[in-house]
Amino acid sequence: MKLKKNIATSENGFIFNPATGDSFSGNAMASEILLAMKNGDTEAQIKQQLLQKYEVSATQLNRDWEDWIVQLKEANLLEAAIYDSK
Amino acid sequence: MTANNYSGLCIGVTGLNANDNPGPGVAVIRALKEGLGTGLRIIGLSYESLEPGIYMRDMVDKTYSIPYPTEGTAALFERLTYINDKEQLNFIIPNFDAELHNFIKLAPQLQQIGIRTFLPSIEQLMIRDKVNLYDFGQKNGFHVPADHKLYAAGDVQKATEELGFPLVVKGKFYEAYIAHNKEAAIKAFNQLATTWGYPVIAQQYIKGTEINIAALGDGDGNNISIVPMRKLYITDKGKAWAGVTIEDAALIALADQFAKATKWRGGYELEIMRDADDKLFILEINPRFPAWIYLTAAAGQNQPLALVKMAFGEKLTRFEEYQAGKLFIRHSWDQVVDIADFQRISALGEL
Repeated sequence: MKLKKNIATSENGFIFNPATGDSFSGNAMASEILLAMKNGDTEAQIKQQLLQKYEVSATQLNRDWEDWIVQLKEANLLEAAIYDSK
Repeated sequence: MTANNYSGLCIGVTGLNANDNPGPGVAVIRALKEGLGTGLRIIGLSYESLEPGIYMRDMVDKTYSIPYPTEGTAALFERLTYINDKEQLNFIIPNFDAELHNFIKLAPQLQQIGIRTFLPSIEQLMIRDKVNLYDFGQKNGFHVPADHKLYAAGDVQKATEELGFPLVVKGKFYEAYIAHNKEAAIKAFNQLATTWGYPVIAQQYIKGTEINIAALGDGDGNNISIVPMRKLYITDKGKAWAGVTIEDAALIALADQFAKATKWRGGYELEIMRDADDKLFILEINPRFPAWIYLTAAAGQNQPLALVKMAFGEKLTRFEEYQAGKLFIRHSWDQVVDIADFQRISALGEL
């Protein structure tokens, strides 16, 4: 599952859902991941980029990724199916 | 009439009460000025001397007081004839629910003295009245919260048994309170009955997200414009003090369903509550532009301007796009005016 097509994001981490009027503020990391998701990168690709760029273990990253997806789901920002990890 | 000719129009506008429970007049004027330019002459039509729009000289060229709706159509027509003799009005946009009945009744007479209107029929006005809204919803497949009409304080008991708490208690024309117990419901009933008359309406409380839709019907079952807005900041009177345009096909479809069912002619507003199951409940249907109507112009669909063009017989194609994510944030502003201005509108009924 992917970020909903019409979700607007900005470089500073601001997220706006034009279907509901909800808006959210994310940090720099959120902004970076959202940009990758909007570009159509897969979960595996995004994780790989993060592992290369930051000092984080794969285990920690997977845990944080799960939290991230839960937050996006709660915010109603994802398409209906699970984020495609292929 | 060509597009250029619209700029020389003289348009009368009511609803200049830009206060904490604002009338739409000033927002309508703002949209018209943006659409029609400097040649436009705006005549304010006021009921009370402290309506802020009267004193907004950059918005209103001249204001005349008009009689309250309870004084009837003859008094209103006499006053409008007097105003027309002085100003040569081309068009009037009434913006209060309570005055619409009289303006609709007078529409043919106004047309005879050269003043156009673009209003729904009396039947259309009645069908969406709070008193009839539930039945209208049932008949036409809209979700409308269950309600109970209250004619005496004793009716509150039955309403609370049927609808439970919290309970929304609404005035016939304006105002609503959320009551969490019977005492609060009776207090709200007494207050609203005194202010707005009978019946008072008790309505089932729906929890959810508040969304309003401003739309413009062509009278043939179509909408020319639809702009939905999510309330972001709500006052204690339930009014949107900030809001943002949103895009959602279900909201557009709902407005189209309403226009088709009623053949609505003119501006209107659907007040919607979206519940946790995404069900869209119609809480109210206002038979005129809302106070936030300028946002439609800012988002790319100037509904007051389109209304004027339709009134002058122009065939408009439906707006298909608007900018989602356009916010309005209302604010208050202390206007300072000379007491002489207040005296003139109070004593002479003109300013």
